[in-house]
Amino acid sequence: MKPSLVDLPLGQHAKIVSIDCERRLSRRLMEMGLLPGTRVRLVRVAPFGDPVELRVRNYSLSLRRAEAAKIAVRPEGEA
Amino acid sequence: MSDKASPQVLIAGNPNCGKSTLFNALSGGSAHVGNYPGVTVDRTSASLRIGSEKIELVDVPGMYSLTASSPEEQLAVNALTEGNTRAVICVVDATTLERGLYLPLQLIESGVPVVVALNMMDAAEQIGLRVDTERLSELFAAPVIPVVATKRRGLDALLEALEKQLEASSDVSTPRISYPVELEADVAAIEPVIARWRPETAASQHRVFALWCLLSLGEDSLRGVPDDVRQAVASIHEAAVARGRNIDLEIIASRYAWLDAAVSETCSVQDPRPSRSERIDRVLTHPIAGLLIFAVVMFGIFEALFAGAEPFIGAIETATAFMQTQAAAILPPGVLQDLVVEGIIAGVGNVIVFAPQILMLFLFIGFLEDSGYLARVAFVIDRVMKKVGLHGKAFVPLLSGFACAVPAVMATRTIERRRDRLVTMLALPLMSCSARLPIYILVVGTVFAGQSLGWFSAGAVALFSMYTLSVLVTLAAAAVIRRTVLPGPAPTFVLEMPPYRWPSARILWINAWRRLRIFLVDAGTIILAMTILLWALLSFPKSAEITERYAAERERIEQTATSESSKTEALQALDGQEAGDQLAHSLGGRFGHAIEPALRPIGFDWQIGVGIIGAFAAREVFISTLGVVFGIGEADEENKPLRQALRDARHADGSPVMTPLSGVSLMVFFLLACQCMSTIAVVKRESGSWKWPLFLFTYMTVLAYLASLAVYQGGQLLGYG
Repeated sequence: MKPSLVDLPLGQHAKIVSIDCERRLSRRLMEMGLLPGTRVRLVRVAPFGDPVELRVRNYSLSLRRAEAAKIAVRPEGEA
Repeated sequence: MSDKASPQVLIAGNPNCGKSTLFNALSGGSAHVGNYPGVTVDRTSASLRIGSEKIELVDVPGMYSLTASSPEEQLAVNALTEGNTRAVICVVDATTLERGLYLPLQLIESGVPVVVALNMMDAAEQIGLRVDTERLSELFAAPVIPVVATKRRGLDALLEALEKQLEASSDVSTPRISYPVELEADVAAIEPVIARWRPETAASQHRVFALWCLLSLGEDSLRGVPDDVRQAVASIHEAAVARGRNIDLEIIASRYAWLDAAVSETCSVQDPRPSRSERIDRVLTHPIAGLLIFAVVMFGIFEALFAGAEPFIGAIETATAFMQTQAAAILPPGVLQDLVVEGIIAGVGNVIVFAPQILMLFLFIGFLEDSGYLARVAFVIDRVMKKVGLHGKAFVPLLSGFACAVPAVMATRTIERRRDRLVTMLALPLMSCSARLPIYILVVGTVFAGQSLGWFSAGAVALFSMYTLSVLVTLAAAAVIRRTVLPGPAPTFVLEMPPYRWPSARILWINAWRRLRIFLVDAGTIILAMTILLWALLSFPKSAEITERYAAERERIEQTATSESSKTEALQALDGQEAGDQLAHSLGGRFGHAIEPALRPIGFDWQIGVGIIGAFAAREVFISTLGVVFGIGEADEENKPLRQALRDARHADGSPVMTPLSGVSLMVFFLLACQCMSTIAVVKRESGSWKWPLFLFTYMTVLAYLASLAVYQGGQLLGYG
């Protein structure tokens, strides 16, 4: 099981490996600059536990947990 | 849409990039707000002189790309591909270039003349960003102009560049992005099909259009494309998928690869230290402090709408009453006087009375939106809203519903997707608005005066129950509407959290004022017409017999009265009774009688029925209508004679009409029924058709009737009442 965005500890940088949600959403995310190889970081979790906020390409984006879980990542520093 | 003669220049850009600020700066705030045909997305435009040419500047809805995935984005895409679009000013937030340049790149690639406005350059410089705009212009083959829209910096250079682009020949050079070999082969296969469909366009356009079709396949935007083109695109797309390729990824990743190279060549690295926004967010979205601040801000809005608007509303009501007295003094008594006083002036008053709350709410929302906090509100509360199928951004409109549904319905336009907006708009009129309160007070004062339930007064328990019930029913209605009437995927939540910025007071005011003007013109005319219609319904036909009878009675009093004071008193009482009798004789009064059999099972009689009909103007009118029905004359919710008359009212069998049980039934009815023509009018305006307000009225009325029936019949079975 590949780790996803929501598995990252807060503040840990990682690179996106793949986005595996339905086409419309994955296309939207890609067009907003979330592509394989793009550097992301989980910034915070909303007070009620959902959604989450991530930092990518110098801007902040919030996504629900369910969607963020479909973005597979490789934490930086791992091979 | 707009006439072909006037060439358009569009202002496009991502949400939160300062697009509207730039629009206002260029147009000097003198915008025309219209509607895109068939949908209720505002089309804001202004005419502008560029060099020798007069153009129409259009502010298109915010978008991230030309691949439309919502009707709003579709409009933006349509506007871009329209024949009379001469050029596009693409606004980019300079602090988010790495993503923000995607849209202008796509626009330039499509061959339309573009001027890129790098907005918020001051903020970018603060975080240490340097941009080589000259080199960026070369790479993009389009002018890139640094601007600060809020401070009107760089506007001259922008207009100059725009003028050059308008003069330039139609064949603009575009940056050539290298796509994977397989993709180029696919594009080459589609190009001839497109060339057959659109032989008049340049060959480079066929290529761009092929890419756009591949990316937009399956979306509504492809509807206008002929079947053979669509089939060609679909079969090539299928073949690619079958070989494990991801065409979306190939296209988008190639563009971003080109962009990343361009950005790293022209932009300095940003300061990696946490930004000011980051530090603010640590507080504002903190699990404890954040929730506390959230509650305080929401309470502030609530308080302003409830209490802050009160003096203004009072002043408008006083002014309306003053105008009515003046008109009554000038005009001779009769139908014309009644029409002017009770129809036209009352109707105009009914419209203007909403102005304070609308202005306040939109100043607040504008502040929250432009400062960036509205996105955080959605972020904080989305978890709760999601449970009933609503978007986090539905929270502020729902909360505003406690004050008044009219500004609250207008506030739903902060929600991007139409479906989400409709669900919110159709559920929030169930929130217990301030116009219901006088009715609760009248009922409680009539049937629960001095009673208590344990430690609490019965009235307080009743009031508290009404407010709790309204929240529960609103959320339940949203959940049900989402699953039945407007089914569809739960709203996705892909929301950019813009950096915090201090909003410009001028822009806030321009926008709030614009919203108010739209309301006064569009919804106002409907409200005025309905007020006059309702007046006629409750005034005609007049009975000559009743008039004669009361004239005779007056004669008798004039002659037999012993003192001047007793005469005035008797005559006044007579006026009240005559108005009551005439009302009973009117169409509305007869209708009240006619529906009495349907009202009995929920504990009402015909008099309350007439009150309900009158209350369609606005809920609080129920009380003044009852005052007339009972022959008391003018009355408010604290009126003692009205309370006594209600307590004394009897059904035909001699049983009292108003019991605690029928009182609860009446409160529940008013809580749930859509007794408000202004809500109907504003939902018509905001949803763009009569279909949704009719649905709203029907479902709320049925719900109200069934709930009151359950309360009254259930209560009787349990031995109450």
